[in-house]
Amino acid sequence: MGEPSATEPDPEGPDDSAPQGAGEDVIVTRALTKRYRGGQLAVDGLDLTVPAGSVFGFLGPNGSGKTTTIRMLMGLIEPTSGSARVLGGPMPRASRTVLPHVGALIEGPALYGFLSGRDNLVRYDAADPTADPCTRPTRVAAALDRVGLAAAAGKKAKAYSLGMKQRLGLAAALLQPRRLLVLDEPTNGLDPQGMREIRSLVRELASDGTTVFLSSHLLDEIEQVCTHVAVMAQGRLITQGPVGELAAGARGRLVVTTPDPAEAARVLKEQGVGDVVLEEDRVTAEPPDRELADINAALVKAEVRVRGFALERASLEDAFVALTGEGFDVAG
Amino acid sequence: MSQAEEITPKGRGELRDQPPPAVSRRTTFYGTLFRNELRTTFRRWRTLALLAVLAAVPILVGIAVKIETGGDDPSGPSGNGPAFISQITNNGLFLVFTALAATLPFFLPMAIGVIAGDAIAGEANAGTLRYLLVAPAGRTRLLLTKYATVMTFCLVATLVVAVSALATGALLFPLGDLTTISGTRITFAEGLGRALLIALVVAASLVGVAALGLFVSTLTNSGIAAMATTVGLLITVQILDQIPQLHALQPYFFSHYWLSFADLMREPVYWDDLVRNLGLQALYAAVFGSAAWARFTAKDITA
Repeated sequence: MGEPSATEPDPEGPDDSAPQGAGEDVIVTRALTKRYRGGQLAVDGLDLTVPAGSVFGFLGPNGSGKTTTIRMLMGLIEPTSGSARVLGGPMPRASRTVLPHVGALIEGPALYGFLSGRDNLVRYDAADPTADPCTRPTRVAAALDRVGLAAAAGKKAKAYSLGMKQRLGLAAALLQPRRLLVLDEPTNGLDPQGMREIRSLVRELASDGTTVFLSSHLLDEIEQVCTHVAVMAQGRLITQGPVGELAAGARGRLVVTTPDPAEAARVLKEQGVGDVVLEEDRVTAEPPDRELADINAALVKAEVRVRGFALERASLEDAFVALTGEGFDVAG
Repeated sequence: MSQAEEITPKGRGELRDQPPPAVSRRTTFYGTLFRNELRTTFRRWRTLALLAVLAAVPILVGIAVKIETGGDDPSGPSGNGPAFISQITNNGLFLVFTALAATLPFFLPMAIGVIAGDAIAGEANAGTLRYLLVAPAGRTRLLLTKYATVMTFCLVATLVVAVSALATGALLFPLGDLTTISGTRITFAEGLGRALLIALVVAASLVGVAALGLFVSTLTNSGIAAMATTVGLLITVQILDQIPQLHALQPYFFSHYWLSFADLMREPVYWDDLVRNLGLQALYAAVFGSAAWARFTAKDITA
């Protein structure tokens, strides 16, 4: 960002008028807080930074404040305190300049049931004052085609299945080339084939340079497509960073598959391996810092029959559980 | 977020900045969404049903008057009934005035209440409001578009009643020169002109209800609740307007001067109540329009 302020001067204070430190950040929030009427604190002092070009996974149990955060980023909800900048502009004040560059799917699709799929998109496009009416039919057709709805474009939206509605919602986000896509649970209601298509669509968009902000409760989905991830619980940000770093933060497990688990466990303990857990035909343990091959040799020397000997990389789920200290489905 | 000046999207240019649209921004800024809103509103089955009911009222009134006077009864229908009803048999054009007088107290404002009450709340209810705002429609722009659409509906609904009445009147009764309330004769052409003027005044009489309905619509996320509240307010005000003890308040009820449109049929036209009516409607539009704007632009959209 060359110019210090991409929008009109901000009366809000030094925090806003300062040039963005990292010019490549697409979303920056500082101490973003939302307290609803009634005193419920939905988002508490959120400092989120989404680098440009990333596919950013936004994780958290239901009720952790993800949707409130997304609504604040999209200018639908006014923050109680703190600031949010999207594409360099303060939200919600810069909505009009920022949002034409943002495609969004928020809390599932919402459609006019009495309009056809095509007319739904025409309406959303007409709502955008920067959208050129001359290219509207072409762009609508292209968006429908991109999500695989070209054949059903003339059908009334109320006749659509949940998956088709989801696709139409995605198509609305893709009516124009966007710099940022905010996708809240984009694969909800889709069959496995549809999920795969959405994942490859996200990858394709990201490779074009679009930043994708993706919230999901499917950890493996985040793991497959995301470069960065943030984890929220009870309105607070627990961690954020590149996916690799986060998963690396949680240590993997040494897994020995054997028909003699008891003997294997004894040998492992002898070798000074910690946290040995016996399961039916396998023993898991915390991997030691020394050469793993030596431990395997010790097992074989003690005549433990080893079927498999491996270091299982920690999954994002392990990292998540380690961070939140709870299962993923537990609501905050 | 309400300024209407031209805004050039700025940002980090290197990624994927759009070339500015080639069309004139100022003409499309309101026009595109308004046209789409009109098309969306008038394509709804519900809107068409409301208009069909409104069109049916003059037909029913016309048929009733025809049957009632069919048996060569020289005295004609006497006594009570909407204004001008006794003149219909002499001149079908009076059916226009009768039909407007019959639909203005309830049918017309109820239809307006349904459309206005649903304007914002219905979008919120369906969840489409968040997508319109993220598009970004702009809250002020969306509200103005909605209000313009509701006012267009006022005009269309009134014209539907008038045209249906004129057609029914022409089919069932003779047409020709007519007598004003003051007893003077005017030509049929001038009578048609007066009828159009009356239709416009009736449409303008609904502006207050439209603003009220739109304001109610910004208060809730339920379209049905907003419609019911608006229609409920309408009925309440009409009842209060009949209670003599409240005469000090009655000049401020939006419905108080509604039937003043009949004064357009005097010679010369008696303007006092007509002007009071239009002034009152403007006041309602200003007060509830501002309230709707204040509410809607500051509202957290959680639906």
